[in-house]
Amino acid sequence: MTAPPTAPFASVSGNEKSAIEFDRASFSLNGRPLLHDLVLTVKHGETLVLLGRSGSGKTTTLKLINRLLLPTSGEVRVNGRRTEEWDPIRLRRGIGYVIQDGGLFPHYTVERNVALVPRIENWPQPRVEARVRELLATVGLSADLASRYPNQLSGGQRQRVGVARALAADPPILILDEAFGALDPITRSEMQKEFRALQQRMRKTVIFVTHDLREALLLADRIALMEAGRLVVDLPVAEFLRSDDPLVRAYMEAFSALPDSVMVPSNRDSQ
Amino acid sequence: MNFLQFMMANRQQVLELTLEHITLSGVATLLAALVGIPLGILITRVPQLSKPVLGAANIIQTIPSLALFGFLLPAPWIGARGGRLAILALALYGLLPLIRNTYAGIQGVDPAIVEAGRAMGLTDRQLLLQVELPLASGVIVAGVRIATVLSIGLATIAAAIGAGGLGEFIFRGLAMVNNQVILAGAIPAALLALLADFALGRLEQLLGSMHLKPQEQH
Repeated sequence: MTAPPTAPFASVSGNEKSAIEFDRASFSLNGRPLLHDLVLTVKHGETLVLLGRSGSGKTTTLKLINRLLLPTSGEVRVNGRRTEEWDPIRLRRGIGYVIQDGGLFPHYTVERNVALVPRIENWPQPRVEARVRELLATVGLSADLASRYPNQLSGGQRQRVGVARALAADPPILILDEAFGALDPITRSEMQKEFRALQQRMRKTVIFVTHDLREALLLADRIALMEAGRLVVDLPVAEFLRSDDPLVRAYMEAFSALPDSVMVPSNRDSQ
Repeated sequence: MNFLQFMMANRQQVLELTLEHITLSGVATLLAALVGIPLGILITRVPQLSKPVLGAANIIQTIPSLALFGFLLPAPWIGARGGRLAILALALYGLLPLIRNTYAGIQGVDPAIVEAGRAMGLTDRQLLLQVELPLASGVIVAGVRIATVLSIGLATIAAAIGAGGLGEFIFRGLAMVNNQVILAGAIPAALLALLADFALGRLEQLLGSMHLKPQEQH
């Protein structure tokens, strides 16, 4: 990770204690509330997992961070600045975004997909090329894949390219929406561990959305559990495990109720 | 005199009228594309406009072609020369497939991909030029193909207002009750349409299959 962070973004980062703050942020669409009075802070370098069922408001929360949505009331601040005040293009280029199945451009090769943000940021060509090589290695992909198209890759490879693309311009913040949700259990478990190792090296501010408790426990410093557009609990992992909130208990039971044979063996040693 | 002999005897004129026909329909399609594709893009950006624009293009399509030529005859400058008028009328007919396919092509791009692009910090312009238009190109070319074939077919009627083209033979043949003469116009026009359809079909296939074939190779 030698590339310097995107300059305009870095100029406001570092001085603030928290990277992202939700201050009674609500969002409703056509009068239907999707997110209600969210109060949540993510510190620099922290990995926060947003856990919850589909429709609980996790994805809405993510989209408020990179201004794909603006709060209908309350505030969302990134590096101390309200998202309304950010130039959306600058804001987004400082936030890596990974979605299920990678969200790669199907008409771009792996190389062009990964190089997307560096190119639109007008990095010189040799630096872009070096960065792509470095990133493919970082996410464990062979350099031979650079000239392939996404439909010529396996699901796991596409997901790795998605992560590489999000990291390309070395953004200080990374948001992932069910990033490993489309993968088979073994690939998924591999990706989770690699991502954790990567995060321990990079120390980026990470917000990771999932409905999988096991994934949350593996990756999170802190877990924010959401339900029906509201934050239920927001706790460090150790405290989350001890929480007696009924919904937390329900989650724990749902996951421990799985017969042992369902669990991937390699998953077990990490918990 | 059979059909082939007639063609050979009049090859100079057959060639001239064919070129004229290509010019009429080619310029008309180009004009339709220059207006239709941007209009199609515009209505994906301003959704309130999509109904009125598509509706207007639809209505134009329903006007019988001879009537449209007739309507435009008294128009100043345009009506003065058959060629101009024919090109305008043909371009109007080509608008609907171009607007509709551009619109449908862009709307049909996977919203997750567009959103990923937006989330990566692409500007609207970059999103359009680098993501939406390339991914919609197959569908847009399909629209160009429909407009071209339509225009080659309709251009035979342009002879009725003195615009030339292969329709000359058809109308002359009708007046002379001579099938050879009618065929001398109809067959080259049909061949032109088939040729354009085939060539643009290949292009469409090429653009469509470049990336959207979901194939897993591990």
